[in-house]
Amino acid sequence: MHVNKHLFQSVALLALGLLFSLQALAAVKIEQWQTSSGAEVYFVENRDLPIIDISVSFAAGSARDEAAKAGLAEITNHMMTAGATGMSEEEISRRMADIGAILGNDLDLDRAAFKLRTLSSAAEREQALDIYGKIMQQPDFPEAVLQREKTRIIAGLKESATKPETISSKTFMKALYGNHPYALDAEPETVAAIARADLLRFYQTYYGANNAVIALIGDMSREEASAIAERLTAGLPKSARASALPAVSLPLAANEQRIEHPASQSHIVLGYPGVSRGDADYFPLYVGNYILGGGGFVSRLTEEVREKRGLVYSVYSYFMPMSVPGPFQIGLQTKKEQGEEALKLVRETLAKFIEGGVSEAELKAAKQNIIGGFPLRLDSNSKILDYLAVIGFYKLPLTYIDDFNKEVDKVTAAQIKDAFNRRIKQDNMVTVIVGTAQ
Amino acid sequence: MIFRSLIALMAMLPALALANTHEFKLDNGMRIIVQEDHRSPVVVSQVWYRAGSIDEVNGKTGVAHVLEHMMFKGTKDIKPGQFSRIIAAAGGRENAFTGRDYTAYFQQLEKSQLPLSIRLEADRMNNLVLTEEEFAKEIRVVMEERRWRTDDKAHSQVYEQFNAAVYQAHPYGRPIVGWMNDLENMTAQDARDWYKQWYAPNNATLVVVGDVDPQEVYKLAKKHFGPLKARALPDRKPQNEPEQKGERRIVVKAQAELPYVLMGFRAPALNDPENDWEPYALEILAGVLDGNASARLNQQLVRDSQIAVSVGAGYGMTQRGRQSLFLLEGTPSQGKTVAELEAALMSQVEKIQQSGVTAEELQRVKAQVIAADVYKRDSMFYQAMQIGQLETTGFSWKILKDYPARLSAVTPEQVQAVAVKYLVRDGLTVATLDPQPIDPNNTNKSQVNPHAR
Repeated sequence: MHVNKHLFQSVALLALGLLFSLQALAAVKIEQWQTSSGAEVYFVENRDLPIIDISVSFAAGSARDEAAKAGLAEITNHMMTAGATGMSEEEISRRMADIGAILGNDLDLDRAAFKLRTLSSAAEREQALDIYGKIMQQPDFPEAVLQREKTRIIAGLKESATKPETISSKTFMKALYGNHPYALDAEPETVAAIARADLLRFYQTYYGANNAVIALIGDMSREEASAIAERLTAGLPKSARASALPAVSLPLAANEQRIEHPASQSHIVLGYPGVSRGDADYFPLYVGNYILGGGGFVSRLTEEVREKRGLVYSVYSYFMPMSVPGPFQIGLQTKKEQGEEALKLVRETLAKFIEGGVSEAELKAAKQNIIGGFPLRLDSNSKILDYLAVIGFYKLPLTYIDDFNKEVDKVTAAQIKDAFNRRIKQDNMVTVIVGTAQ
Repeated sequence: MIFRSLIALMAMLPALALANTHEFKLDNGMRIIVQEDHRSPVVVSQVWYRAGSIDEVNGKTGVAHVLEHMMFKGTKDIKPGQFSRIIAAAGGRENAFTGRDYTAYFQQLEKSQLPLSIRLEADRMNNLVLTEEEFAKEIRVVMEERRWRTDDKAHSQVYEQFNAAVYQAHPYGRPIVGWMNDLENMTAQDARDWYKQWYAPNNATLVVVGDVDPQEVYKLAKKHFGPLKARALPDRKPQNEPEQKGERRIVVKAQAELPYVLMGFRAPALNDPENDWEPYALEILAGVLDGNASARLNQQLVRDSQIAVSVGAGYGMTQRGRQSLFLLEGTPSQGKTVAELEAALMSQVEKIQQSGVTAEELQRVKAQVIAADVYKRDSMFYQAMQIGQLETTGFSWKILKDYPARLSAVTPEQVQAVAVKYLVRDGLTVATLDPQPIDPNNTNKSQVNPHAR
């Protein structure tokens, strides 16, 4: 076999493929409008499968918590599925199960969301939408269920407080965000302090239609989608628009925390506040991070720490773009005895990356992967649904998907170096090491 | 009413999928299954080897998985690490996974890049170069993986010990990742031997799902895999587990806050997909207990009696080793013991043994099955996984066609019958986690402000 020769051919083909995919992207036709209640709707019609996928996102993530009752956002979101219009949680789950529908709820720093997947046949769709609409518009927050769930959540928090990965990520977020609400995290005592009245208040404040973004994809017409969107939002509480989150203040000095733990591996997390959605530096940082630690087996961090030295199973870096700058984070686990060696290596790799920038060859390889792999980001309804929700929630342009490859293609090595130098201050990073060698 | 429309839907869809699935065989014995899916201009390509931890021997546990890692370390023509770089430059995503019954390698690509994936897989099926230097580094990576996956996770430790207690003769008793001591003593030659034994076209299946022309895929596969020679494969001994003569119990101490109990009853695996009914009944039983948010265990033990903070049940019918377990698990609520939770789980089993299940519950589980069969079509990767798993566990992908109908044919009496026959104490193994506190003297925080770097 003459594999090398063939490879040469494939690189030439790739260049063609790249042009092709830059142009052929308007495949996802997004329609956008507002409901009469003020909710933003993003819709893609797709008749390939007899399925409907919907998500409704609210600006009701954990950043809306207050310190003494951290966990309220999550419990409110969770409890909305536990009873509505007198239907018990058992009835809700039974009636969803009867038709094979899947109801999910989700929470992150910014967003609280409910997802529905159902068959599009009339009877199934009707029953699924009925329940889905009720949990968002008329949740009951039954007291007895709340007490039980608080107990379960507290048990879960105590359990996860023994896990090195939980300890490291909580400590990291606290050190990185200080008094900013992104640092808030549920603790047994803050959950214990939450009462039903708090849930009602939180719901009334943050679950208004003008804080809602509805994404729909699948086997329905625009008219049907419009009727569904009206039906899901007409009865939402009348609340004020959620205020902007406070600005993130950048750390002024290095902060390194070492926490002892009996596990065999050290769990190491380091980072710095990263980017917000729509940030002008987003694409240089995104493409640069692919080269640093986002590109799986071909990143510099994996090459240095895993491939060359066998120190870890996993080492990664990522930017989590949020309403205000979410974390830029590097993480790894390695046996305690070599924790210091691995950390030193990660810092050196990062320093070299920030100070030296990336090569043209690395940049080209990164673009080939990101641009060439673009169709994989959109190859299922569930993936497109998530894009719709993000575009809607963060007010990204409707052309975001179409423009993505062009934006990636424009990034230069100089922009990457400049963006990382301006945005990531190595001398002021947060480092957390859980599990240290004796 | 609702169920009838669901069943009508079910009758329509599998025929569609079947018409789009094509099967080929090369002269060297390699099998090729192609499923057309033209929804997106992408393709998933997977090469499945019938070589998993089930084929390992004592002293060399984990070698199937170690070899999986080594498959990225170069061939005569491709330098170590280059495989991943080439796929990445083609816009692809790739990885591999090892199970008890198989090892599989996959790429997801824009459809025009499929030839690259086929060519590279054919190359590493035959031309792997396994150097001492690369092995020495990678075995350390695998040991880190074991620490991360198992050694530092209390529930993983329980599961590993549980399997070792359940299977004394059968190789399912050994961890896929391998015992640490075997990893410490593994050599590059062990990995080479494994590669020579099992990596042959007659022990492999190529599964391609995506926006492709099946004849074109066949031609590609023939061009690249066709020239490879078939090899005699080692005998596979059944290693049947002797009959269990009574309940087994083990305790695992590990750092955790909450205790945990894992219970497994010996149960048959699927053997004859045409005539077996028990495995389908066991699957429905698992669904009645834990198949949806309203299922019995969650409803009765978490919501009603609140004896548990979490519970689960599970059963897997397609096993190359032709044996399976019916599993129950749970974490007791604060103030409740694992013994109380175990008794509560058993009483749920006894309830079904004595009173059976309702027609309504059964319908609900079947509705899930039918809907899941539609939903899975939104994921090419998942569809390829199903085909590959069936093919490497010794079944045909064609049984997928009848799978929803076979589950739908299960009666309440059959569910009760398998509960009575198999969920018995003499075939039970119970593993409990005895949680060990983290030494309070050992959680000191120290905060320093060094000049980083």
